[in-house]
Amino acid sequence: MDRYLQIDSVSVAFPTKSGSFTALDNVSLDIDQGEFVALIGHSGCGKSTLLNCVAGLVRPTRGYVFLANREVGRPGPDRGVVFQNHSLLPWLSCTQNVYLAVERVFGTTESRKQMMERTARALALVKLAESAHKLPHEISGGMKQRVGIARALAMEPKVLLLDEPFGALDALTRAHLQDELIKIVAQTRSTVLMVTHDVDEAVLLSDRVVMMTNGPAARIGEVLAIDLPRPRDRLKLAGHARYIQYRSAVLEFLYRNHEPAAA
Amino acid sequence: MNAATLPKRGTDASVTPASPSERGGAVSLSVVTPQGAPHPSARSLRELQQNKQQRGEQPKLGIEATGGSVARRAPADPRVAQGIAWLLGIVVFVAMWAAVATLRPDLPGPAKTWLAAMKVFAEPFYVNGPNDQGIGWNILSSLQRVGIGFGLAALVGIPIGFIIGRFAFLSHMTAPIIGLLRPVSPLAWLPIGLLVFKAANPAAIYVIFISSIWPMIINTAVGVRQVPQDYLNVARVLNLSEWKVLTRILFPAALPYVLTGVRLSIGVAWLVIVAAEMLTGGVGLGFWVWDEWNNLKVEHIIIAIFVVGIVGLALEQALLLLARRFSYGVNV
Repeated sequence: MDRYLQIDSVSVAFPTKSGSFTALDNVSLDIDQGEFVALIGHSGCGKSTLLNCVAGLVRPTRGYVFLANREVGRPGPDRGVVFQNHSLLPWLSCTQNVYLAVERVFGTTESRKQMMERTARALALVKLAESAHKLPHEISGGMKQRVGIARALAMEPKVLLLDEPFGALDALTRAHLQDELIKIVAQTRSTVLMVTHDVDEAVLLSDRVVMMTNGPAARIGEVLAIDLPRPRDRLKLAGHARYIQYRSAVLEFLYRNHEPAAA
Repeated sequence: MNAATLPKRGTDASVTPASPSERGGAVSLSVVTPQGAPHPSARSLRELQQNKQQRGEQPKLGIEATGGSVARRAPADPRVAQGIAWLLGIVVFVAMWAAVATLRPDLPGPAKTWLAAMKVFAEPFYVNGPNDQGIGWNILSSLQRVGIGFGLAALVGIPIGFIIGRFAFLSHMTAPIIGLLRPVSPLAWLPIGLLVFKAANPAAIYVIFISSIWPMIINTAVGVRQVPQDYLNVARVLNLSEWKVLTRILFPAALPYVLTGVRLSIGVAWLVIVAAEMLTGGVGLGFWVWDEWNNLKVEHIIIAIFVVGIVGLALEQALLLLARRFSYGVNV
């Protein structure tokens, strides 16, 4: 079961007016099934580009991405993506937004009733059963992000890709949703790759924190295994010696060794 | 003379309501963003309500601050103030009209026009032979021509706009043709229509068709092209079929733009119909104007101007309401 998601010496270069711009340089990373990995780095370091390679939205210039021993080419519903700005379709209700994804995956094998049940289960999982009929502009930012997570999970993807999922939320809502995500991931045993720039978020949620060097030509700087007991509780961890240690290790990496160029 | 200057006015007006958009080069010249239309009125309404609340909370403060009579005379409800302003505008307009009419006695003043209008509208649906029918028939014939020409233009133009907006190659392919044909004065197409159809009525409808199709093509194409990348990423990540992409993402996302195109098109069609009917004859507001010019019943021409304006305003408002219905709270 190891090497479930395999990122094999991936490089990404974008053509620009002044020649080719290398965003990622020879990045390799293996993720086990059921593992939660956070990608952290300063903005512009290419962590989202790496996630998009896994999602299939960006084609690696060199290297390969394998998921469950199959090469990732185009985007597909076996990888559930949650975008930073929720990306819900504003003309569809929460249910319809999730149903669109469910229909794509289970449309050929299940009845409409079964798919509606799936949709309802996914929304119940993120505690949104009561707002299911509402349109996205009628619910709060945190709730929109929950719908985005429900949409991704409802497809039963092989891997959940979170692109700064809570970056646009206020601190309290973010903490709340992080706690929810911990429970959901424990419940669904999802494999998760999450991009974040929040040190606490990375340490609190993940099994491994992958720290990326500054772009251009970003690489993986260090990988930190987070050996903290689950289920994790933010209040108990706040004073936990190892938690503090991990936290300062990430901070050290980000602000001492790899200070952002323009800071 | 009149007929010759009218089409020019038509094209000018079809360009003025447009705010130029940076995107899409030559093709997007007459694009009005959908936010442009429903937004200001919606916002002003909200502001009005806020003002109302603020005033409701602290009425005394206002009186004390501004002191006595001014504040007390100001109406409590800003909508009343708006209504008064409207009425005042109309009164000033009518007064100026009356003043001009006294300076030029050959121009009928408001009173004379009003009396004539009472007579015209007393019997709107009389038929006295093919060239002398009631105002109601004239309005309905004009609306029918606009409806058919515009409807055909929508049936053809909106799908074309979708295809052009979706495929960059086709967009580049059609850009020079659209750029070339769009600014052509609508009535320049009339002789071609007369030649092809050998009849006045289809020729008029054809002119409506060809002049109202461009805003719909262009706005639909821009709407499709401006569908936020986020939504298209959702489509890509879910790997939706092209049909689902069209019905669930492209169509709803572009709909506000499409409706803006429809609104501009109806405006153009309504501008053009009067000029086209002047030339083709038959029954219709344009023909009526020309007929009454020949009869030197100038008050009827002024009535026709008001009728054209009011019908155009009604069409515009109806489409604005429709557009607001489909804003999905995005612009609210």
